[in-house]
Amino acid sequence: MALKTEPIVVNIGPQHPSTHGVFRMRVTFDGEVIVDLEPCLGYLHRGIEKLAETRTYTQNIPITDRLDYLASMTNNLAYVLAVEKLAGVAVPERAEHLRVIMAELMRISSHLMAVGAFLNDCGAFMTPFLYMFREREKILDLFEMVCGQRLTYNYMRIGGVSHDIPDEFLPALRRFIAEMPGFIDEYDQLLASNEILLARAKGVGILPAKLAINTSASGPVLRASGVKWDIRQADPYSVYDRFDFGIPTGEVGDVYDRYWVRIQEMRQSVRIISQAVEQLPSGEVCASMPCLLRPPVGEAYGHIEGPKGELGFYLVSDNSIAPYRFHIRAPTLINLTALRDMTVGWKLADAIIIFGSIDICLAEVDR
Amino acid sequence: MTTLLCGHEVAKQITDFLPDAVAVGDGTSVIIKGERLLPVAQFLQNTPGLDFDYLVSITGVDYAGYFEVVYHLTSIKHNHGLILKTRCYSRENPALPSVTSVWRGADFQEREIYDLMGISFSGHPNLRRIFLWEGFPGYPLRRDYL
Repeated sequence: MALKTEPIVVNIGPQHPSTHGVFRMRVTFDGEVIVDLEPCLGYLHRGIEKLAETRTYTQNIPITDRLDYLASMTNNLAYVLAVEKLAGVAVPERAEHLRVIMAELMRISSHLMAVGAFLNDCGAFMTPFLYMFREREKILDLFEMVCGQRLTYNYMRIGGVSHDIPDEFLPALRRFIAEMPGFIDEYDQLLASNEILLARAKGVGILPAKLAINTSASGPVLRASGVKWDIRQADPYSVYDRFDFGIPTGEVGDVYDRYWVRIQEMRQSVRIISQAVEQLPSGEVCASMPCLLRPPVGEAYGHIEGPKGELGFYLVSDNSIAPYRFHIRAPTLINLTALRDMTVGWKLADAIIIFGSIDICLAEVDR
Repeated sequence: MTTLLCGHEVAKQITDFLPDAVAVGDGTSVIIKGERLLPVAQFLQNTPGLDFDYLVSITGVDYAGYFEVVYHLTSIKHNHGLILKTRCYSRENPALPSVTSVWRGADFQEREIYDLMGISFSGHPNLRRIFLWEGFPGYPLRRDYL
């Protein structure tokens, strides 16, 4: 005799350890199986787009730190690239290389955090997370050397970067580049063939390539589905066209592939950093800019391959000192579009790791 | 490098398909009439040679006198891009057709524009405020909201 069941609605979050912030999933269960899921957002909405319209172009740089605070450098970079496109500013070579170094360090740091938190969600409570934190700490030390900050860096400037690197930076960075591949091997050894991880992650939460493209997924989520699309190569910005690096892609687009793509991307980032250090030219680190920038009337869309996906800024200028419109194309908000498709049919515990594998930051989702 | 397609040429292709859809095509973008948005979106997605399979972003801008909604499109197959724009002239009831049936990536972005700019998208499966609560007075991203 078939058991008669009734659907039950459960709110997961907004205060829940595995929602990575203040995020709420309204989940409908049939027994333990998910039949519907709706992300509910807005708990961290601070009106950043409106706020930015009242501040000058330079004053908006620290605001971008407060979007995805696990990748502040890349937020800075995306914004200054958009302003430079709008105002037609040329950036000195040394600054371009420093930007690439910082952006790739930031990518490693963000991926470490993503993988660590994801493994937390899988039930490997805190141990892998602290392994990841060990290396992330070194990256934060490097950032502290260049800009004095460990979370909200405010390092990029329109036309370059705020400071040149101190003398002790390059030796420390070289040491980090030499060590990091060994640490990634260590993670692989601990995790890549771990039976529990494979059982939890393989074949779970599959996002087919076609659906990934149609739902505008980007970054590791898109590439895990087998789509070879990386803005660093598809539409190179800064000096990325001078470096040799690969784009890792997954095969099926399951949770494991998203984990695997992030691990491989860290290896590629180390390659990019070592090339950028080798080619680092001397010279100025910031173009000479007016105190109050007034870009000509027009609009520009600047985008980069952030650690979590395509981060874009759409700016409209009316030739005043503040942007007329400041729109953020937030990768993590748009990556959540496919969350329902990935989770329906799976169980509650799977929903937690599927959500963790997208790697979101609520400060960027809600803005 | 992603090549940005010339607005004139794409405007010509759209006009061949739908004679009354294009309002203006300039060097960088194509401005189309709001009521023709959905067939144009389908045309851009399905026409060989254009293949705009990826909707990068949607933005609403409040210019004096009209709202402009900007669609950044990319074709992953050909690595080219297009800026598609459309305008709403009503301030009381601005409305556009939703493109979620063509690109599902529009889902949250259209809700965001509805929430903060007050433009409604007909045919959207779940058009509710996304960040602010139901009953919030006004639309904060409009220029006259203080």
